[in-house]
Amino acid sequence: MNIHEYQAKQLLRNEGVPIPPGEVASTPAEAESIAAQYGGTVVVKAQVHAGGRGKAGGVKLAKSPTEARDVASKILGMQIKGLTVQKVLITPAADITSEAYVGIILDRASKKPVFMVSPAGGIDIEEVAAKTPDKILKLPIDTRYGLQPYQASRLGFFLFDDIKKVRPAARIMQQLYAAFMKNGCSLAEINPLVTTPASDVLALDAKMVIDDNELDRNPELAALRDESAEAPSEVQARAANLTFIKLDGNVGCVVNGAGLAMATMDLVKYYGGEPANFLDIGGSSNPEKVVNALKIITADPSVKAILFNIFGGITRTDDVANGIVTATSQSPLTVPIVIRLTGTNEEIAVKILQEHGFSASSDMDDAVQRAVALAKGGKAA
Amino acid sequence: MSIFINDGTTVIVQGITGRDGSFHAKQMMEYGTKIVAGVTPGKGGQKFENTVPIFNTVADAVAATGANTSVIYVPPVYAADAMLEAADAGVKLIVAITEGVPVLDMTRVYPFVQERGARLIGPNCPGLITPGQSKVGIIPGRICTPGNIGVVSRSGTLTYEVVYQLTRAGLGQSTCVGIGGDPINGTNFIDCLAAFEADPDTKAVAMMGEIGGMDEQDAAAFIKSKMSKPVVGFIAGQTAPPGRRMGHAGAIISGSAGTAAEKIAAFEAAGVGVAKRPVDFVPLLRERMQ
Repeated sequence: MNIHEYQAKQLLRNEGVPIPPGEVASTPAEAESIAAQYGGTVVVKAQVHAGGRGKAGGVKLAKSPTEARDVASKILGMQIKGLTVQKVLITPAADITSEAYVGIILDRASKKPVFMVSPAGGIDIEEVAAKTPDKILKLPIDTRYGLQPYQASRLGFFLFDDIKKVRPAARIMQQLYAAFMKNGCSLAEINPLVTTPASDVLALDAKMVIDDNELDRNPELAALRDESAEAPSEVQARAANLTFIKLDGNVGCVVNGAGLAMATMDLVKYYGGEPANFLDIGGSSNPEKVVNALKIITADPSVKAILFNIFGGITRTDDVANGIVTATSQSPLTVPIVIRLTGTNEEIAVKILQEHGFSASSDMDDAVQRAVALAKGGKAA
Repeated sequence: MSIFINDGTTVIVQGITGRDGSFHAKQMMEYGTKIVAGVTPGKGGQKFENTVPIFNTVADAVAATGANTSVIYVPPVYAADAMLEAADAGVKLIVAITEGVPVLDMTRVYPFVQERGARLIGPNCPGLITPGQSKVGIIPGRICTPGNIGVVSRSGTLTYEVVYQLTRAGLGQSTCVGIGGDPINGTNFIDCLAAFEADPDTKAVAMMGEIGGMDEQDAAAFIKSKMSKPVVGFIAGQTAPPGRRMGHAGAIISGSAGTAAEKIAAFEAAGVGVAKRPVDFVPLLRERMQ
């Protein structure tokens, strides 16, 4: 789960990380009054779950409260990578003498959280890694022992020579690690970590990604989710316990299992179509899930054909068939549907579907080709 | 022959009285798996299906039965503890089916299991099956048939799809292993490929990867330098958008890394046969086994 910069900063402040003040505005008038309260130059920053917001014009300086209002009115409502900016963070502009990068990622290869720090901060760390890998120090942490003081100090010395900066930097490493562990993060980064003319070390920007698997045992983290920053269909799907991701195509896909769902999308593309979504109804089937899945898919006006691909293992295909029948009798379909199912209780499922005027195929490639043809407005082969 | 499990495998079911645990314990028993014990704290002394003794702890179950394998169906927040308990009790193969285990928990579990000399498969996996001998997990037994294709995959239903096609085409399987869809798991592709290479009854391997991470790329390098047996691979998620978690916690393209294109290129460079569709496995395997 992505959280906004202002939320990540709060989680870091909770651990003691020094961060300049900031407040969130959702209207230009609010932006103006927050800027007036700080006085001087402020930065207006789009709060949106997309990288590259600076390049997209989502981060601007404002020298006066009036300018803050004008800038905020331009940024609020702006589209960045398909997402609408609903909130801006207003924060006093800081004088900067250096910018460093500090991050922790959950590394799949070492199976540990890995610190990555670089004195070349303020820019995309992937770019630094590609061009000047010697400017990055990577340090895996054994979570059974945690970040040791000597390790924090080593990270600090990689960024700064002056012990007066190394000590606060090392303290920030400890605080960042504490925030990472406490909040079940898969990523936590401070970019940039800056020094000021007064030799203070401060975090100016923060990003955190929380492992979705942590949300059940930590409702406080789940409450950080900003549903207004997500596609409404995805919010609806989560409430129905479905994994759904909206895509740009016109073949609506309903599949059981994430791997098969991805393979089905790929096959749609292989046969010249474009998938409208990723949707996994999960392992244990019940008809209600299928009903909810169909509701979400049919609400998308770009969907021109619906494709079911069900491999019954634990999922009973007759449950899926019953779900299709229930959903379509409640609200009849306006687009064609192609059903492929095979496996557990296949004969019963096919009988249920036939009794209600549906046909079912047991071959995945055949079903995908027909759905692609129907979505293009053609007849099923 | 086979890898990891065979007809000598003796299994403890952790969470045997739960909804999923009881259902799959019965399925495994029907398949012929030697289920020797169950564990549910507080239900020690009872029997499951009137035959399988239930214990309060894994240590008790191991002491009484000498089981060498454990399969875990407990809820996600207790799963890490269940894995640690199994490893501490001396179980040598731990299969964690549970989906939704917090990834940070696995950063503690993985080194502990390694230090105890146990093998962990999963979490968030369908388990494994050696057709005709033993199944540990949830892979439907009737879609499999004994033979000499090794199957290894990060997915569940996609594996079933491919295995079913192999079975219908008369290509039986030595062992099918689902390593799971989480970013940190106990057994990776290379572990399985090395075991298949060493297994005299495996003649070729089918592997199903997906977007996210470097496991498939590392596997490709291993295949090129260490394997004599033919391998055919598939990568799911060619149409997945970057930065989104595609159902599996580990199926995410981070920045520019972990794309399907990158993994397919690694396969091609290593001489792995690339199945563009699941249906391509059968002809590609046949061609390479001649």
